[in-house]
Amino acid sequence: MEATSTSSGTMINRSLEWFGDLGGFSSKVICAAFARPFELREIFRQFDEMGSKSFPLVALAGAAIGTVLALESRSSLVRFGAKSMLPAAIVYSIVHEMGPIVTGLVIAGRVGAGIGAELGSMKVTEQIDAMEASAVNPYKLLAFTRVLACIAVLPLLTLVTDFCGVFAGWIAVALTDPISFRHFLDKGLSGVSFSDFLAPTFRTCAFGLIIGLVACFQGMRTTGGTEGVGRSATSSVVLSSLLVILADVVLVKLILIFFP
Amino acid sequence: MKHFIAVADSDSKQPDRVQGEPVLVLRDVDKSFGAQRVLDGINLTVPRGETLAVLGRSGTGKSVLLKLIIGLENMDSGSISIQGQEIAGLDLTGMNRLRIKMGFLFQSAALYDSLTVEQNVAFPLERHTKMSASERSARVKELLSSVGMEQDLKKLPSDISGGMQKRVGLARALALRPEILLLDEPTAGLDPVTSGEIDDLVLKLQEEHGLTSIIVTHDLQSAKTIADSVALLDKGRVLMEGSFQELAESNVAIVREFFKRDS
Repeated sequence: MEATSTSSGTMINRSLEWFGDLGGFSSKVICAAFARPFELREIFRQFDEMGSKSFPLVALAGAAIGTVLALESRSSLVRFGAKSMLPAAIVYSIVHEMGPIVTGLVIAGRVGAGIGAELGSMKVTEQIDAMEASAVNPYKLLAFTRVLACIAVLPLLTLVTDFCGVFAGWIAVALTDPISFRHFLDKGLSGVSFSDFLAPTFRTCAFGLIIGLVACFQGMRTTGGTEGVGRSATSSVVLSSLLVILADVVLVKLILIFFP
Repeated sequence: MKHFIAVADSDSKQPDRVQGEPVLVLRDVDKSFGAQRVLDGINLTVPRGETLAVLGRSGTGKSVLLKLIIGLENMDSGSISIQGQEIAGLDLTGMNRLRIKMGFLFQSAALYDSLTVEQNVAFPLERHTKMSASERSARVKELLSSVGMEQDLKKLPSDISGGMQKRVGLARALALRPEILLLDEPTAGLDPVTSGEIDDLVLKLQEEHGLTSIIVTHDLQSAKTIADSVALLDKGRVLMEGSFQELAESNVAIVREFFKRDS
């Protein structure tokens, strides 16, 4: 019993220490953000790296959830005689919850692992030290540029997921009950206002912030050679995914309060 | 030099260079990692234009010493003065002003592995000078030519040997025309012929640029060739300091043991 409480205490201490270190890291990134040079070239490179190269993955993920939603929802709605609600159910589910969270998790996996491994490798091979020795701030060049790109790219990729999800949902529905895409969209969007799109889509900015910060933090504190790089990549994905899910719960509640 | 931005030009405000005046002064420098005391009351002075070789067994804190000087690690106590400026308490901008005056060659060369040889050398020039692309390209070629790497501009660090990586690292360290050069085991892991070539190259560059240098090495031949004075570190302390000849002829047991292996 005593051993269990000691190990829980150690775990809590380590978690608090981790959050404290993450806070310190975040403040360095924020301070670096306001200092010249603004590293525009690197920021655009990261936009391309994260945005265009994640496009196929989020499009595929969106299409998959759209199809599954259509297939799963159809049988339930038919049972309750509410088949006509199918387009609205698909659009509402994707736009409100599935699109943002799936995009967040897919990007946490692809981009989080990439950042964790890249910066981790740079850390253990002293490339980050070399950068500092050259009087270049790595919190600016490496961390800030990636965090900003994550924040900016997530909402755009969420729109891609949403569109692909709705389109694939329409195809799945149309295969059994022929319906035009326009008619499907009209029915799907009938109960959805613009603000229904806005808040869920922009909450992915918070997901981007979490993914960027956690992955850069884990990467830049890597120790222990190749094994350490592997650990950083894994922990970047695990921690950022976990925090994205927790943030989703909090943000959904906040959105329901502020945009009822 | 006219292309350097304000921070790089700040050396123009320095007093006239006097040969022999102390450029690097370390006083009672302590550094620990957890319970392990790595450096314990280090006192060293390097006069302008001279080269100090820091010798010692592995784990005696030689590389840490260089990292303290360039601000990659913070000392626990003591003082480090570079060109009369105390580094303790300097903010990042102040430290970066000093870093621009220093070139650092890492033990592993630490080249940016996603950049070509040319881009590696151009990296500090892009960030700290206002050179045009053509001026920068000419400077990079000049630097790589001075280390015998002008044929490998477009290669990635993974495509060249360890000795070649050290040469490129040296060219990068010299890119901003530093006044101080810090070399962390420049010949480690290299065959004797390549080590000799690196030594000759460092010597030639030091003479051409009038650099003040600290070289951390295990290689006694390298220390003998390059250094004006030698300091032997043991258990985090400077055990003995003097000319290579003085240390080689010392009767102190640890010093004798260290030098015996080479002879």
